[in-house]
Amino acid sequence: MWINPEDLTVTQWQVLNEAGELVREAPSLGHRQLLEVYRYMVIARAYDERAMRLQRQGRIGTYAPFSGQEAAQIGSAYALERSDWMFPSYREAPALWVHGAPLEYSLLYTMGHVFGARLPEGVHAFPVQIIIAGQATHVMGSAWASTYLEDKRVSLCYLGDGATSQGDFHESLNFASVLKLPAIYFIQNNQWAISLPRSHQTGSATFAQKGLAYGIPGVQVDGNDVLAVYQVTMEAVRRAREGKGPSLIEAVTYRNGPHTTSDDPNRYRSQAEVESWKQKDPIVRLRRYLTGLQIWDDEREQALWQEAAQVIEQVVAKAEGVPKGTLAESFDYVYATPTPRLQEQWATLERGR
Amino acid sequence: MPLMNMVEAINSALRLEMERDPSMLIIGEDVGRAGGVFRVTDGLQAQFGNRRVVDTPLAESAIVGAAVGLAARGLRPVAEVQFLGFIYETMDQMASQAARMRFRTAGRIHLPMVVRSPYGGGVRTPELHSDSLEGLFVHTPGIKVVMPSSPYDAKGLLLSAIRDPDPVLYLEPMRLYRAFKEEVPDGEYTVELGKAKVVAEGDDLTLITWGAAAPVATAAAAEWRDKQGGSVEVIDLRTVAPMDEEAIVRSVAKTGRVLIVHEAVKSGGVGAEVAALVSEKCMLSLLAPILRVTGYDTPYPAFAVEEDWLPNKQRIFKAMQELLSYR
Repeated sequence: MWINPEDLTVTQWQVLNEAGELVREAPSLGHRQLLEVYRYMVIARAYDERAMRLQRQGRIGTYAPFSGQEAAQIGSAYALERSDWMFPSYREAPALWVHGAPLEYSLLYTMGHVFGARLPEGVHAFPVQIIIAGQATHVMGSAWASTYLEDKRVSLCYLGDGATSQGDFHESLNFASVLKLPAIYFIQNNQWAISLPRSHQTGSATFAQKGLAYGIPGVQVDGNDVLAVYQVTMEAVRRAREGKGPSLIEAVTYRNGPHTTSDDPNRYRSQAEVESWKQKDPIVRLRRYLTGLQIWDDEREQALWQEAAQVIEQVVAKAEGVPKGTLAESFDYVYATPTPRLQEQWATLERGR
Repeated sequence: MPLMNMVEAINSALRLEMERDPSMLIIGEDVGRAGGVFRVTDGLQAQFGNRRVVDTPLAESAIVGAAVGLAARGLRPVAEVQFLGFIYETMDQMASQAARMRFRTAGRIHLPMVVRSPYGGGVRTPELHSDSLEGLFVHTPGIKVVMPSSPYDAKGLLLSAIRDPDPVLYLEPMRLYRAFKEEVPDGEYTVELGKAKVVAEGDDLTLITWGAAAPVATAAAAEWRDKQGGSVEVIDLRTVAPMDEEAIVRSVAKTGRVLIVHEAVKSGGVGAEVAALVSEKCMLSLLAPILRVTGYDTPYPAFAVEEDWLPNKQRIFKAMQELLSYR
């Protein structure tokens, strides 16, 4: 008879608990890979903290911080091959970095550089999406291309909890399911879409179940547990490569900072809530695990943060060293060949009227 | 040379390009098994299979968004939006996504995609099917807008549009789909985008038109010549973005009188853009105010009264009279 949502049970998938202890078998990552993942996470955190300061100093524009979401982004991006395609939103600098775009590219974007959305050759990613859920249809189109070309590449898009309210999200899930496309919808449920809590965003108990009505399997994963995120993403990747269609992942995480540097989260959420999530910090958790494996200690920790500071210093220097660019140059990229009217306006610009 | 109507000419272009280019695919609602609601894609799925001619779920935004993803990966999607009245559903994908990809990525990603859509009045459609919305896209840098008015042009322009490296919105006037046949080569040929056609030469007045309104305007001009003896130059823009400014300026410099005839609402559209262009570039040639015969600034009306809304011969005659008698 009636299908009732309360009959559905969703269990959150976890590999590492908050103490950094395994609660089930770990994914097959060697020590070298675990340390690489940890390095990504620490440097990403250092980048985020530095970027916030750069914004306050007026050296970059509006910035959307990701601290708290490192495990969700890095664990998922680490499960992709570089030949796979990524469709990020504006909060995904760590994911893009893991996928091959140097951090200075993300910084250049926040600096408002005229070519800031251009990623380097060979990085298989779209420019960051500003329009919420617009990328959901692109991931589907790209996955469709992979099916057409039979190239076994997977396409993954990042969405926030707010994006699940958009039409493009639903249209795309439906399409991907009907056409059985190798697409992965990775939702970072960071609890807040600017000022709106998840309970105001959806009447569903979870975002993981959003795919069910479309015939798409979904999973809710502890988004601050990088091993669990990696594990479920690997499974979605495998399904996609085997031609078994799309998957949806909800990573439960938290945005430690404001929506952007223009936002004041104190207007809508309590400090107690923020503090409670700090206990679940993804970096602390992985550090505890690595320490337990006896491949990490305080000395290495200190050295890594020092390295992170140096890396970020170089990133900032590189980004700030890129010539400003000119408006006139951008005229070359409206069409393959500038139209006569654009050429005329270009000449007008050069003349100063 | 065979005679084809516009539906046959477009179908012929699609078929030839599908044969030539294995990276091309056709996607949209009812384009496969049914061959499209106007049968424009008739027989193509039978010939090329359901991998290349794909019936999609009913979701316009996702159709255009999918085309963005497909084109970014090196394919050449030709997407159909079933009626132009539905294009608002796709506005973000068209204007913020497709149109800006080359610009945002400084050329790293470009989108060789076409969105085809039937439009225009006079065929007694239900509400919200008949609007002429080219103005929205002429206001959107990064997209080209093509509006053929004859079978020959429709085929040649579509082949150019599919081969173009940038997104093209290709608008097909419903009323002209089967209105007349003309000689159209069986094989491939292209009509360059951004080039107008001088349909009739004349010295007294320049009539600038495109798409669905073009045959109405051309017929009115011919009748005027026959009855009044005046000589009207008719320019069919064929592509409204980019616009063939040179053709307009050359003609207006000769005639000094300008009448613009289009089917879209009057304000803020391509006709206004043509008028602005003429005033910028041909001010000293002008002998009379620039006039427009267009749809009125109302939403497209119910079909019982649509003939009163659309530009027609009487309205065009009156405007010509006014222009030619202006002192």
